[in-house]
Amino acid sequence: MKDVEMKMLERAKQLLESGEVARVIGWKKGEFFYDPTPASFETVDELKDFVYDWFCGANLSKYLIQMSKKEGKTAVFLKPCDTYSFNQLVKEHRIKRENVYVIAVECLAKLNIEAIKEKTDGIVKSVDVEDKDVKVVTTNGEYTLYKPEVVLSKCAVCNKTHQAKDEEIILHERPERDVNRFEEVEKLEAMTEDERFAFWKGQLSKCIRCNACRNVCPACSCVKCVFDNPHSGIAAKANDSEFEEQLFHVIRAFHVAGRCTDCGECSRVCPQHIPLHLLNRKFIKDIDGLYGEFQAGETDEGKTPLTSYTEGDIEPKDVFNGEAK
Amino acid sequence: MFKIAKERLNELYSKIAENMPLFMPIKKAGQVNYGAYEAGVETSVETLKTVKSPKDLFFPQSENMMKFKTEGKNIEVIDIRSEKDAFVLFGVRACDYKAIDVLDKVFLADPVDTYYQSRREASVIVTLACSKVEESCFCKVFGIDATAPQGDVTTWMDEGYMYWQANTEKGENLTAIVKELLDNGGETEVKAQQEATKAVIDELPFSNLDLSKFKPENLNELFNAQEWEEMSEACLGCGTCTFVCPTCQCFDVRDFKTNEGIIRYRCWDSCMYSDFTLMAHGNSRTTQMQRFRQRFMHKLVYYPSQNGGLYSCVGCGRCVNKCPQHLNIVKVIKTLGGKDND
Repeated sequence: MKDVEMKMLERAKQLLESGEVARVIGWKKGEFFYDPTPASFETVDELKDFVYDWFCGANLSKYLIQMSKKEGKTAVFLKPCDTYSFNQLVKEHRIKRENVYVIAVECLAKLNIEAIKEKTDGIVKSVDVEDKDVKVVTTNGEYTLYKPEVVLSKCAVCNKTHQAKDEEIILHERPERDVNRFEEVEKLEAMTEDERFAFWKGQLSKCIRCNACRNVCPACSCVKCVFDNPHSGIAAKANDSEFEEQLFHVIRAFHVAGRCTDCGECSRVCPQHIPLHLLNRKFIKDIDGLYGEFQAGETDEGKTPLTSYTEGDIEPKDVFNGEAK
Repeated sequence: MFKIAKERLNELYSKIAENMPLFMPIKKAGQVNYGAYEAGVETSVETLKTVKSPKDLFFPQSENMMKFKTEGKNIEVIDIRSEKDAFVLFGVRACDYKAIDVLDKVFLADPVDTYYQSRREASVIVTLACSKVEESCFCKVFGIDATAPQGDVTTWMDEGYMYWQANTEKGENLTAIVKELLDNGGETEVKAQQEATKAVIDELPFSNLDLSKFKPENLNELFNAQEWEEMSEACLGCGTCTFVCPTCQCFDVRDFKTNEGIIRYRCWDSCMYSDFTLMAHGNSRTTQMQRFRQRFMHKLVYYPSQNGGLYSCVGCGRCVNKCPQHLNIVKVIKTLGGKDND
């Protein structure tokens, strides 16, 4: 990973020094080794804090809504999954593509520090990755964890490849793997209605309505969200009843259906660890089943199943009656 | 001082709950928050940081305040408050306990917030000293001793026992209720644990942050600092930091139309939200930088200048752990707090 970071840093320096770009969007060092923050770098001097490591899970594409409107070109480092969000935002005319220079960077999954802390004791001192082993040193000793168990939920079933790039920095190829991203959705589908309701009630009742899922979501790019708009009639800052949160989350899931690229940021940022990505993934699975396989963000143009009509489209009543194949 | 074996803690909780409602760290759907103790719950008092702080028990995230009924031009105001019965809040850590002081100075100052006051008066608070701390903890910076929290009762826990010491009359009364479960002893064990934990706290990375610059006389300089732009750049404008914070106290009041009249309720608000300062004339804070700055200026400058130097941060570190993009008050303190942070 260090070699990739060096290469990225070198490229960022060149781009800034030559004046080809006005700024570079990447990650900068946090207070610890596991908490980098998205940042824009406008000078070579600022790059001293640049970092790219196992904890750079944040999706930088949404920042480009603002950045691409600034003076001069913006270079951005995008991981495979981030490029889908990027394409989707370009398609929705939210990002000015001509103002962005995309550097595709490799990603061999990103780690989840909270999962690592749960599986270890003491204060975490360092984390190193060797193939599938995550070696953790804490004040209590050394641990070897199995990497697939401590990656971000979005990385656990990822097989994505870069869908947008002006150049790439890939030093290690990620091996193809056999994963089924709908496995968790299938488990929920196999439940009885009551079990499923109990599952979501348990999860969504934890919601503190902080809006982190919405604000981080690249598909939630409305200038004014209905939930923030006092004239919408549904503006709300808190739940009135114990389970009103389903309204917020289900409306949000419907709103991003067909546009959600499954970037998984909603689940990464949720302070209560609600597996919000499963709502979106259910919609993705249903769209695949009803309209044929479709992946939002694969391209930055073209028609999409839910925004175009064909005579062969499934009738809503058939979906409702369970007659859809 | 008394002690009780850890295997018998459920008996202790049951005994308390038989007498009055008991609220404590409970694990639900994988996360630990304060909740009511009842049969079948999974208690988790050893969890260092609940996701939300216990402030909900005094200042709920959402609360109905009154009802209105209108008939013609008459409005009837219906008080829907009820007498609050005594309850026990169990397992409060030193930082969260100190946070209640911060809230008291706001809600119990004139004019007294009677909704908050009734809950405060009804509460019996049992604190729990920290023995395992995290790198994100920095209560020491605010003069808090994590190994000796106050409250009506203070407890300590080690591998085998929970130790118990009443500090107030309310605490003595609670002790009388559970007395049959308690044995004498624990002074030596508690002292040893306190010393060991303090040594760990002294070495924590944030234990020596310099706050010296956060003084009322530096208000303008701090407010106008260039660094706010960079510090707030990645802020998503979500409310995570404010809602997990034990001292954030801002709320919004709204009316809700029901079939049986109008309900006025209040709910937590966040200065990070775009409509926080929205007024009839417009919004005085139009950028995320201004909102971000407000939050930290309030905690580190405005609040202390109005409350005898008391900061409205207690160093619990929840925002350090939970900010989606890893922005937090520690970065602000390190950037603007004083020269010893370098």
